[in-house]
Amino acid sequence: MQRIGVFVCHCGSNIAATVDVKKVVEMMKKEPGVCHAEDYPYMCSEAGQMKILEAVKEHHLTGVVVCSCSPRMHEATFRKAAERAGLNPYMVEIANIREHCSWIHKDMEEATEKAVILARAAVAKVNLNTPLQAGESRVTKRALVIGGGIAGIQTAIDIADAGYEVDIVEKTPSIGGRMSQLDKTFPTLDCSACILTPKMVEAAAHEKINIYTYSEVDKVTGFVGDFTVDIRKKARSVNSDKCTGCGVCQEKCPSKKSLNEFNRGLNTRSAIYTPFAQAIPNVPVIDRDACIKFKTGKCGVCEKVCQAGAIDYAQQDEIITEKYGAIVVATGFDTIKLDNYDEYAYNQSKDVITSLELERIMNAAGPTKGHLERLSDGKAPKEMVFIQCVGSRCSDNRGKSYCSKICCMYTAKHAMLIRDKYPDVNVTVFYIDVRTPGKNFDEFYRRAVEEYGVNYVKGQVGKVAPLPNGKLLVQGSDLLDNKQILKEADMVVLATAIEPEASVRKIATMLTASIDTNNFLTEAHPKLRPVESPTAGVFLSGVCQGPKDIPETVAQAGAAAVKAIGLLAKDKLTTNPCTAKPDELLCNGCSQCANVCPYGAITYLDKEVNDHGIRETRRIAQVNSALCQGCGACTVTCPSGAMDLQGFSNRQIIAEVDAICR
Amino acid sequence: MSHRNYAEKIKEISGVNPYKCMKCGKCSATCPSYSEMDIKPHQFVSYVQSGEIEALAASKSLWKCLSCFACVERCPRDVKPGKLIDAARQLVVRERGGDYLSADEIPALLDEELPQQLLVSAFRRYKR
Repeated sequence: MQRIGVFVCHCGSNIAATVDVKKVVEMMKKEPGVCHAEDYPYMCSEAGQMKILEAVKEHHLTGVVVCSCSPRMHEATFRKAAERAGLNPYMVEIANIREHCSWIHKDMEEATEKAVILARAAVAKVNLNTPLQAGESRVTKRALVIGGGIAGIQTAIDIADAGYEVDIVEKTPSIGGRMSQLDKTFPTLDCSACILTPKMVEAAAHEKINIYTYSEVDKVTGFVGDFTVDIRKKARSVNSDKCTGCGVCQEKCPSKKSLNEFNRGLNTRSAIYTPFAQAIPNVPVIDRDACIKFKTGKCGVCEKVCQAGAIDYAQQDEIITEKYGAIVVATGFDTIKLDNYDEYAYNQSKDVITSLELERIMNAAGPTKGHLERLSDGKAPKEMVFIQCVGSRCSDNRGKSYCSKICCMYTAKHAMLIRDKYPDVNVTVFYIDVRTPGKNFDEFYRRAVEEYGVNYVKGQVGKVAPLPNGKLLVQGSDLLDNKQILKEADMVVLATAIEPEASVRKIATMLTASIDTNNFLTEAHPKLRPVESPTAGVFLSGVCQGPKDIPETVAQAGAAAVKAIGLLAKDKLTTNPCTAKPDELLCNGCSQCANVCPYGAITYLDKEVNDHGIRETRRIAQVNSALCQGCGACTVTCPSGAMDLQGFSNRQIIAEVDAICR
Repeated sequence: MSHRNYAEKIKEISGVNPYKCMKCGKCSATCPSYSEMDIKPHQFVSYVQSGEIEALAASKSLWKCLSCFACVERCPRDVKPGKLIDAARQLVVRERGGDYLSADEIPALLDEELPQQLLVSAFRRYKR
């Protein structure tokens, strides 16, 4: 029989205002095994923890139940307290009477009844608890960064500077990400490439950083400290070791009709291409869907003109298997598709463009060589309209419910740059709210209005209609003057909502990292652990976690790196002892547990057993406790009841259910 | 019924929660009858929010709305101002009871572009 102490926390008024804690204490004193019960305003305080230490000594307790907040908050605190008192930490159970009870109830009587039931269940469980010993697992001192944009590059540099090996996996042919597509950056208006390319070069030249471009993560197994990852290096059809990056192949390639992804499809590129001039590595890839050689077998011009002999049509995808201690997700974003927004005429007119497309038009390496011109007829615009919140802040099913955060600032930037370079162009910005918090941000927006004469109109645009004269009729609201505005514009720029890069869903599934309804990766805690995934060993960097601008992305990238370094710096990790354990005499060797185990922790062994005097060799399940994550899938699958989860055994769970139903 | 109750009634009939509105003006930007209206579509939402139903009921906007539902379709917050206008119109019509149209009113409604048939059928339908 256990000697159990029950400690009921008030949590200030969080619990005590809804649950009669004194009554819970009185009721618990009657429970079997309980030899001490008390309440205290803050059990998590030092004084509260001392109550446990003192009670363990005074009443010779063998088990402890704390009725308090969620075990996610303070289970570790109370287990440590019990350990200090000489108890095995796994002899402590938490009854969650805050999140599961006081916070969701209003009626005190009901809440108290539920608190008593929850506490009773915890006591019933502790009665069957056995001491468990945590094991140890190793840490592979190497990090994987998924995504080679500014977030991934910064994270990789920071981890590598701390002395650890880092691999970057980037799915496109070059690192650089979205930032490499931008022309200027707010609020300083410095050229994006000028500040990004040194970072790209630093990452590429770093002796601890290894970059896999044109590569994707195929498979992830293992767990914190010991992940095994398959990386698919897609066939480039160009030998990276031989290629000198001279660019002749791209010049001579006869297939030049493929949409240029880097320029957002605004112009075309050759079938063999590097996405942009400063690409790292400066090694082209052959787009096999566009290449004439791959489609018809006849061509081979690039092979003929390549003096280095680097073209390799026979190249195959290569799978590289590597071990990592930590994984950082930095998969970034894309703009949303505008198919649901017919009213802006995006699909009808070439002169309605997204802001990211405008970045390419404004850029010297873009489709118009940096000249601001209409894509329909090449004419210089005189009247430009910017529309904010296109697809952002939409709680209907067309767009995204969140604010994309960066649009107010980049729209002010675009408006300002255009007014600066082309003073004869009128610029009107339709906005719902102007949201420019951030260092020197509001000043930046005000400069657009006050110094550059950008016309800001409070109100949305209802309709953009292409006119026979080639202009665009913009029908919008001016809510402050309470009038409807009709304006003939030459170009319309849509501040299109951003969303996580589509590939993040697959990556999150492989990592068992949770994502929200908008496909943003979820933090372990939205305030206190913002760069960690709830999945141990997985960290978040950049927009994959939520919309953010470059300064915030770089700051978060550094934070994610620090968390990864903190993990890699450890030699051993303590493992969770709540792992599955088979009863050898009950196991019938059916393999069902091995089939459902998501971690590959179960193997089978032919073993001699002594079953009540009968000696025979049987096929028996074996659990690798280093791999087992204690999910319990095997225990519910096992048809003979042989598999049990330590700390959550079938008997313990049935005892809890019995206690609740009593 | 008090004004507050009228506002509640409009919300009930329309199924609209006006507090979701973030004053973006998309409805007024979209509205093809905007210039005909004395109270504009985005203001409708505010009038229901503040319970100023009397002014709303007297507004000629009720009869200028084409029920094209472009505002319903495009509202980014699913507030659906068109449905509010519909509900207010229904409320007014219901208040008038059965006598929607009396014979005495007809001469004033005559206008040369209006087909006579329309008036006759309207009279048949609404005289009760």
